[in-house]
Amino acid sequence: MTRSFIGSTAVLLCLTTGAVAQDNTQFEYWYGLSGQLGDAIVATCDRFNELQTEYEIICVGQDGYANAVQNSIAAFRADQHPVLIQAYDAGTADLMMSGEFYPVHQMMEDFGIEIDWDDYFPGIANYYAASTGELFSMPFNSSTPVLYYNEDMYAAAGIEEPPATWEQFFANLQTLKDAGVECPWAFYPSSWIHLEQMSMAHNEPIATNGNGYDGLDAELVFNTTIHVRHMEDIVEALNGELAYIRTNQSGINARDSFASGECANYFGSIASHQTVTNVVADSGLNWDVEMLPIYEGFERTNTVVGGASLWALSNKTEEEYRGAAAYMQFLATPESEEFWSTVTGYIPVTRTGFNLMVENGFYDEAPYAGREVAMESLTYTEPTENTRGIRLGGFIQIRSEWVSEVEAALAGNQTMQEALDTAVERGNTILRRFERTYRGQELP
Amino acid sequence: MRRAYFKNNWMAALFVAPQLLIIFVFFYWPATQALYWAFTLEQPWGGGNEWVGLENFQYILSDDLYWDSVRVSVIYAVATTALAMGMALLLALFADRQLTGYKFYRVGLIWPYAIAAPAVGLAFRFIFNPAAGIMSYVNQVWPGFWEPTLNGTHAMIMVIIAGAWKQVAYSFIFFLAGLQAIPRSLIEAGAMDGSPFLRRVWDIQLPLLAPTFFFLLVINITDSFTDSFGIVDTMTSGGPARATNLMVYKIYEDGFRGLDYSGAAAQSIILMLMVIALTFFQFKYIERRVHYT
Repeated sequence: MTRSFIGSTAVLLCLTTGAVAQDNTQFEYWYGLSGQLGDAIVATCDRFNELQTEYEIICVGQDGYANAVQNSIAAFRADQHPVLIQAYDAGTADLMMSGEFYPVHQMMEDFGIEIDWDDYFPGIANYYAASTGELFSMPFNSSTPVLYYNEDMYAAAGIEEPPATWEQFFANLQTLKDAGVECPWAFYPSSWIHLEQMSMAHNEPIATNGNGYDGLDAELVFNTTIHVRHMEDIVEALNGELAYIRTNQSGINARDSFASGECANYFGSIASHQTVTNVVADSGLNWDVEMLPIYEGFERTNTVVGGASLWALSNKTEEEYRGAAAYMQFLATPESEEFWSTVTGYIPVTRTGFNLMVENGFYDEAPYAGREVAMESLTYTEPTENTRGIRLGGFIQIRSEWVSEVEAALAGNQTMQEALDTAVERGNTILRRFERTYRGQELP
Repeated sequence: MRRAYFKNNWMAALFVAPQLLIIFVFFYWPATQALYWAFTLEQPWGGGNEWVGLENFQYILSDDLYWDSVRVSVIYAVATTALAMGMALLLALFADRQLTGYKFYRVGLIWPYAIAAPAVGLAFRFIFNPAAGIMSYVNQVWPGFWEPTLNGTHAMIMVIIAGAWKQVAYSFIFFLAGLQAIPRSLIEAGAMDGSPFLRRVWDIQLPLLAPTFFFLLVINITDSFTDSFGIVDTMTSGGPARATNLMVYKIYEDGFRGLDYSGAAAQSIILMLMVIALTFFQFKYIERRVHYT
């Protein structure tokens, strides 16, 4: 029932928005972000519409990344889809295999729009690029995880610097606890942070075939890497009451329990930088961010982008594509990047955009100081075979298998090694099923 | 028995047509589509599919975790039905006795049915919040007494209470109507012969309520299999560790989030067959014990 409901809603939306009298070319854009970040997207649309009169972009919020993709699929099947959609990182492989898109590289070339593709940070561009290196979708809202820490609590416990290693991080938790901090770490089981990005920073693989880039027959291997030790350390911290689970389901999520001054540490996307800033504005709490720690004996490598990119879907008119190309070109200007990074915590995606912001002194003072840490993390090294990104089909399901098994281990129903073994085994079944669905095809 | 019928069959068909059309568009059509997908491997963006016969069903039925999901669904269905109907019956008996303020209760108890499931979920998420809700006081006295984010049993209890709370109103209306349809003279006769309240409930009212009871049993069981999505989604997202991963929620997870349309379609078919079988079973074996007046 839900399926037909979503379908009909999508159709209805198109009918109502398409009925407006047209004197310029209108085209639709469905985005997934909601709340304050959704408002920021609408602001970019308004800016675009004010800047020129030839095209009019109609931005429709879909309330969530997953919804944006689901609704677009339903609409696409009914031939009522928008030109542009915002699709999240983990859905990249699914969209690539569908083939139902206009590669952004091709689109810009066809319409004679010059974009300096080399200007994009490789840690970002690689995530959305074909095997030949050309971009399929336009990198947009991009982030990477960082450690948020409470400077006041660190100072009270006599900790002078944020931890560079995980060993130090876990030792700090004990120090904080001894100094009377009730909740040293607000933890939540996030595969994005503790599996994906953590493995990237250590140059350890998540799956064979370069995390799936070199073929659909990739197999998961994260039950054999440093990831296992990391998760076991987390269990120990939770059992020792050095960390507490903070999720929406438990009433207050990790970000909010950090921002409210309850917990001393939390790992989260740099995109939350603005939200945390807004929340602590009244309490005057001192805090900062730092790159993910790494284990001793490892060389740090770059982390990768998280967030979403813009895809132009197929079966639209040339005029609509022209409008979409103009909007993407507009987003790629350094000024737009600065606007976007100012109103949200997302990072600029091009070197020019980043340099402009550095020159303008954006990162020098509060409330924006600290966001450059994300750039440092993303560009720490040139991407290696293991740090280009992740290109695994059904990855949303693999993430949820990971979460379920890890939760069972955290509840003490199984050891962490058992949990990760099962997650890998079940994840591989999903990968084989994906491979089977696209039998005889290869990643573009 | 007198029956009303139309002499003109075309006229009858005309009256039924809009309803049939709606059922066709919103039920038969999607159900047929799901049936087709269940036997194919469907690419989410519609790029094509391949006939795979029973492979999807093999894939699902050989998965231990799928059976786990069936198990928790059955627990949820039985527990919410028992809890909701028990509460509803109790409340209806009180309202029927015309205790002080019964007119207010009669209306007030119907309201919860008008609340959307996600809203119920959100409200109960707050009530059962281990850190900030009512249960946090209990947790202060006995630390770790209530941990729905880690403990699957706690999470299940939480979801069952929320689900039952939402169902109480519906059953209440029917029970109350059923009770009020029982001739007063029967109860008064019983009272005059000196039988106390509970005796009258047990010997007169409950047997006469049997048809209502049966109807509600079928509806409640079916509902708790198919209509639990909103509550699970807002309260637990199927966790922790799949402890509340009911069949409907798993279908949503695999189909809409995971884009495994074929797997989800096959699960829908299994769920549909299960509900049909259950209803059939109820009509065949339980209805025999029901006496309609």
